[in-house]
Amino acid sequence: MLAESLFFSAVLFTIGVIGVLTRRNAIILFMCVELMLNAVNLTFVGFSRVYGAGGQVFVFLVMTVAAAEAAVGLAIIIALFRHRHTVDLQNINLLKG
Amino acid sequence: MPGPTPLFYTFHFYLFGLIAVASALVFVTRKSPVAAAMWLVVTMFSLAALYVMLDAQFIGAIQVLVYAGAIMVVFLFVIMLLNLGEPSQIADARGLGWKLAAGAVGLGLLAEIFALVRGTVAQPFSLPEGYAAQQVAAQGAISPIAGPLFHQYLLAFEITSMVLLTAIVGAVVLGKRRTDAR
Repeated sequence: MLAESLFFSAVLFTIGVIGVLTRRNAIILFMCVELMLNAVNLTFVGFSRVYGAGGQVFVFLVMTVAAAEAAVGLAIIIALFRHRHTVDLQNINLLKG
Repeated sequence: MPGPTPLFYTFHFYLFGLIAVASALVFVTRKSPVAAAMWLVVTMFSLAALYVMLDAQFIGAIQVLVYAGAIMVVFLFVIMLLNLGEPSQIADARGLGWKLAAGAVGLGLLAEIFALVRGTVAQPFSLPEGYAAQQVAAQGAISPIAGPLFHQYLLAFEITSMVLLTAIVGAVVLGKRRTDAR
């Protein structure tokens, strides 16, 4: 089942990348990043069946980092919305050179 | 599992994989953030099913609890807190150039990873077929993960707690309403 896991993981990761590149809503962008993290987790679990349980430990750590990232990222989005009253990334270009 | 993979197992593996991919596609194309979040929950549930089928029962449970439960609820809270208005007003796909670029990047990534899939696992490192299932049967679902987590990867585990602490402090500071007097 390793090849199948890698196949589904590749497709999910690609969908996540396409979402990040084509959407402008900051919240949906964040959810696409979560989807990419999930795809990587599937790769880890698939390999952990062949190489040992270390991969599952990494999935555990990735989930913790994803939770931290969601907390900070959503706080940033709320702070942005408070200042600009939008989450459309087209209108948020404060750091654009 | 020793011997050839049963048809039942293969069928359900592909079924959950296809559900995950299909709901991810629907998720990316939804305009309303709430609908998108709901479809992402479907993806995460079918990924949990895949984890269980790959002999990672503990990770499957954590996936449902942490991802589908906690993280997506936080996303939904923020979506409803911000009150973004009608989905038609926030139609938010980028222009054609971005879409073409995204398609090109996607095709490149897919080709790259399929090239990787065609490679073979280095034999000296690989475990015998069915080893993970035997380990779960012998030790339960949690102790094969708890062992390495608290011995080999103890430092990473401790650093994770620092990451969480930093994230909590950062979220509180960012979410605080700033007073202009300063």
